[in-house]
Amino acid sequence: MISTNHNDSAKDDKNSDSLSLKSNDNEIPFIDPNSKTENSLYLQMNSKFQNKIRLVYLKPRRMKIYVEPKNILEIANFLKTNIGFDHAESVSGTDYPEDNSIEVVYHLNSYSREEISPIILALSTKTDRDEARLPSLLPIFKSVEYHERETFEMLGVYFEGHPRNERFLLPEDWADIPPLRKDFRIKGR
Amino acid sequence: MTTKFDSEFEKKIEETTKLGLSIAKESSEDRLMTLSVGPQHPGSGHFRFTIKVDGDYIVYCDPDPGYVHRGEEKMCEYRNFIQNIPHLERPVIHDSTNITYSYSLAVEELLGIEVPRRGQFIRAIASELNRQVYTLYWLAIYGIFLGHSTMFMWPSGDRELFIDLLTALTGARVTHAYNIPGGVRNDAPEGFKEKCLQYVNYFEKRLREYEDIFYNNPLFRQRTENVGILTKEDAINLGVTGSVLRASGVQYDIRKVEPYDIYNEIDFKVQYMKTCDSFARAYVPFLDMRESCHIIRQLLDKMPESGDVRLKLQSNPKGSSGESYKRVESGRGALGYYIISDGSPRPYRVKISVGSFRNILALPHLLIGSKLGDMPSIYWALNYWPVEADR
Repeated sequence: MISTNHNDSAKDDKNSDSLSLKSNDNEIPFIDPNSKTENSLYLQMNSKFQNKIRLVYLKPRRMKIYVEPKNILEIANFLKTNIGFDHAESVSGTDYPEDNSIEVVYHLNSYSREEISPIILALSTKTDRDEARLPSLLPIFKSVEYHERETFEMLGVYFEGHPRNERFLLPEDWADIPPLRKDFRIKGR
Repeated sequence: MTTKFDSEFEKKIEETTKLGLSIAKESSEDRLMTLSVGPQHPGSGHFRFTIKVDGDYIVYCDPDPGYVHRGEEKMCEYRNFIQNIPHLERPVIHDSTNITYSYSLAVEELLGIEVPRRGQFIRAIASELNRQVYTLYWLAIYGIFLGHSTMFMWPSGDRELFIDLLTALTGARVTHAYNIPGGVRNDAPEGFKEKCLQYVNYFEKRLREYEDIFYNNPLFRQRTENVGILTKEDAINLGVTGSVLRASGVQYDIRKVEPYDIYNEIDFKVQYMKTCDSFARAYVPFLDMRESCHIIRQLLDKMPESGDVRLKLQSNPKGSSGESYKRVESGRGALGYYIISDGSPRPYRVKISVGSFRNILALPHLLIGSKLGDMPSIYWALNYWPVEADR
C-alpha cells in the first residue's frame, strides 16, 4: 500500500514544479525545488483536502498543517494510512490568551517509510480557551496516549474519546488551574 | 462479637452449603494481588507503577510518573534563551550535553546563526563522550538489578575515564552546561586529542571483556532472551525510540536520518537487532557504545586544529518570531525541542519531547502477560530515566 503511494507521488513529482507554486487559499508556500518529498506531500495533501487544510512549508523538512478540530480525525487518518506518518513524537499545547484559544500541535513522523522519516509534520488545531475540547487522536495514533493525558492536565484540554483524561505528572492534590496556561504564575516571578 | 467480615463470611458459607459444596469457591478477583512498585523502591528510580499479579503472572500495569516533576517547561518561559541552559540539563544530568544540544540547535535556528566548524566538532565529541557516560551508568544499574555485581563495578569505574575527559573539556563532572546557542562554552584543552584517543582505545578493549563476562553469561541470557517481546509493528505504533526501537528491527537513528552539525561527514552504521526481546534492548546500547568509539576517533581525526569554537552573541539575544523543532540522538533515543518564540528574549513556549516519556508507553504493553520475575529485566531494558520523563 505504502509503496504504491510512493510511486504515485514520484509520478506527480515530474510535473510538480509549475503546480507547486499554485496558491491554495491565502498563502504561497516557498518550497525548495530540490525537496521532492515535501513537494509531493504538499500536492497530495492539497489535492485531497483543498478547503479543509492550510499547509505551510516552514523550513527544510518541517511542514505544518492547520486544520479545524472537526476535520482532524479524517486528516490524521489519511496521513497515517495513505502517506505513512505512523507515530507522534510529541503533542504540545500552547496557550494564547489574546486570541482566547489553545493551540495543540501533534508532531508526526514516520519509522516505516524511509523517504519521509526526516520530515516532521506538525498537525495543528485550535480550540476555545474557555471550553477546551478536542477529539482525541488515540484511535489513530496509539503513541499519543500519554502525551494527550499530559496536555489535558497541563493545559486543561479535554480530549473526547480518550479513556483517561486524568492527572498524570502533577501531584495528586493539585488544586489549581492547569499550570501551562499563561495566567498561572510561578510564585515570586 | 460479630464483625461485618464474620457475617459476610457466614453468608458465603451458607450459600455454598445450599449448592452442596463444602468450601467457598474462590473467584478470580480474589486471586489478584496489587503491588506498588516504587517510588521508593531502589529498583525503579523515582517512578511508581502499580501492577496486579495473578500467581506469577502480571495481569495489570499502570505507570504513575511525576514524582520528580519540576515544571521545566514552565520555568523556560520565565528565563531568557541563555539562562535556560543550566536548569534544562537537570532532568538528566548523566547525559547533560545531549539534552542541551538540541535546545541549542533549536535556538540557533531561531536566531539564524551557524556554529563555527571547530565548535561543531567539539560539540559532537562532547555529546558522544556523554552518551558513553550515560550508557555505562545505565549498564551498571542493569547489571546490579539482575544480580551481576561485577557489571555494576566495571562500568562505574570505566565511566570515570569519560567523566575525566569531560571534566578536562568542560570544567564540570556531570552538569556541564557546555552547549550554548552559538557553539560551546570553551575550547578543548591542550593535549585533549591524545588523551581522548588513549582512553577510547582502552575502552574498546574493555568492551570486549564486558561482552565476555556479561552478555555471554548464560544466566544473563536466560533472564533476558525471549523475555518481553516487542514486535516491530508494536514498536512503530507505540512510537518508542532509541535503543528500544532499534532492538525491534527498525533502523532509525537521528544522527543518520536527519544528520545535525557535522554528522553527515561521519561514516558509521546504525546498530540494530531483530530479536525484539530484552536481550536485544540490552545489547543495542552496547553496540552503540562500540560504534561511538569509532565515531569519536573519526571526529578527532577530522577536527580542525584551530579556529573559533563559538559565535559571540549579544548578552540577551532575541529570536525571530516563529517556531523550531530540532532533535538529536541522546542515550535514550530522539530528544526533541519544540520552541515557539514571539520575538522577545524569552521563549513563549518550550516543549521537550524526551525518549523516556515515549518509551514508557511500552511498559504496560510488555509487562502484562509476563512473569513477575521478569519485571526487572523488562523495566530496565526500556532505558527509562524517570527524572527525564517527568521533566
